[in-house]
Amino acid sequence: MSLAKQFTKGFFRENPILVLLIGMCPTLATTTSAINGLGMGIATTFVLTSSNVVISLLAKYIPDKVRIPSFIVVIASFVTIVDLVMQAYVPGLYETLGIFIPLIVVNCIVLARAEAFASKNKLLPSFLDGLGMGLGFTMALGILGTIREILGSGSVFGYKFIKGDGILVFILAPGAFIALGYLIAFINKVRKA
Amino acid sequence: MIMSLTFIALGASAALGFVYEITKRPIELTKLNKKLEAIKAVVPSFDNNPDQEMFKLPTGEGDSLEVFPAKINNEIIGYAVRTSTQKGFSGYIGIMVGFSPDGTIINTNVLEQKETPGLGTKMTEPSFKDQFNGKNPDNFKLRVKKDGGEVDAITAATITSRAFCDALERAYNTLKKGGLI
Repeated sequence: MSLAKQFTKGFFRENPILVLLIGMCPTLATTTSAINGLGMGIATTFVLTSSNVVISLLAKYIPDKVRIPSFIVVIASFVTIVDLVMQAYVPGLYETLGIFIPLIVVNCIVLARAEAFASKNKLLPSFLDGLGMGLGFTMALGILGTIREILGSGSVFGYKFIKGDGILVFILAPGAFIALGYLIAFINKVRKA
Repeated sequence: MIMSLTFIALGASAALGFVYEITKRPIELTKLNKKLEAIKAVVPSFDNNPDQEMFKLPTGEGDSLEVFPAKINNEIIGYAVRTSTQKGFSGYIGIMVGFSPDGTIINTNVLEQKETPGLGTKMTEPSFKDQFNGKNPDNFKLRVKKDGGEVDAITAATITSRAFCDALERAYNTLKKGGLI
């Protein structure tokens, strides 16, 4: 597979949210607005890319038996770094995302890419794989967040275009499932066509 | 096996220690600024340092609230009280509320909340929270209208509205018990 394909597969063909359907928990919980979705996506992208890079470098020194604990330590370190940096420099976003930042550790996309890709590939493909997957994740979260924000609060990136409330259910948990379901159905339709 | 695990753990802890050192100051500053901003928002302008003169006042329910006195020329012009409630729709809500020395609510500022976005989070907006400004809980019943009080609840977020009143009432009662108003 060419390097360009390693990078672009995360956007459409193997998009973690819309096609592989992994990492659903933060997807459903943090996409109440476009900004929240994008913030969560970018934080995950950073963790995914850096852990992929480090793991691809270390993989050959790690015995098979302890690879999962080793990967988790690497991932958890990057998550803690993101946590501290966000707390220091973007406190507003940090507060909204709350518990979902530390929970990136258990996001299965991150461990899945480390285990299935980075541990078996060289530095550059692993980097592109992590970045592509992360940006695909960010894109899906951004789209979902934008849809829910438009329908639920009648605003885009915080700029309100209607008076009063939107369709409140889209801000709440059921709205996340509904919006995600229709989004996946739409993507499937496009893929088949 | 042990070697590689030790090496990874060492590398990870070194990286974390480094980032922790760098971000320690900014995190502290952000927190302090947030507190000072919140105090400034709820009491009239002051010339002392309310954060340094902070004292704790027991609520009578087994815990205590932080009180930040605001002064001009050593004369008390108001108290900012950091109050809280556990009765929010998603649990804890922290609010900074300013009282003038006669017990009138000057302003409120929500510090921490995890309420439902688009519903409960409306408590941070002026349309809800400004209805308390200038009211004295002595003759303004801190209950939502549904419960026989005078507070206009947020549509579809009555629990949040009740929690907000609960937090304010705790602050008022604590100051009163402490003999400050």
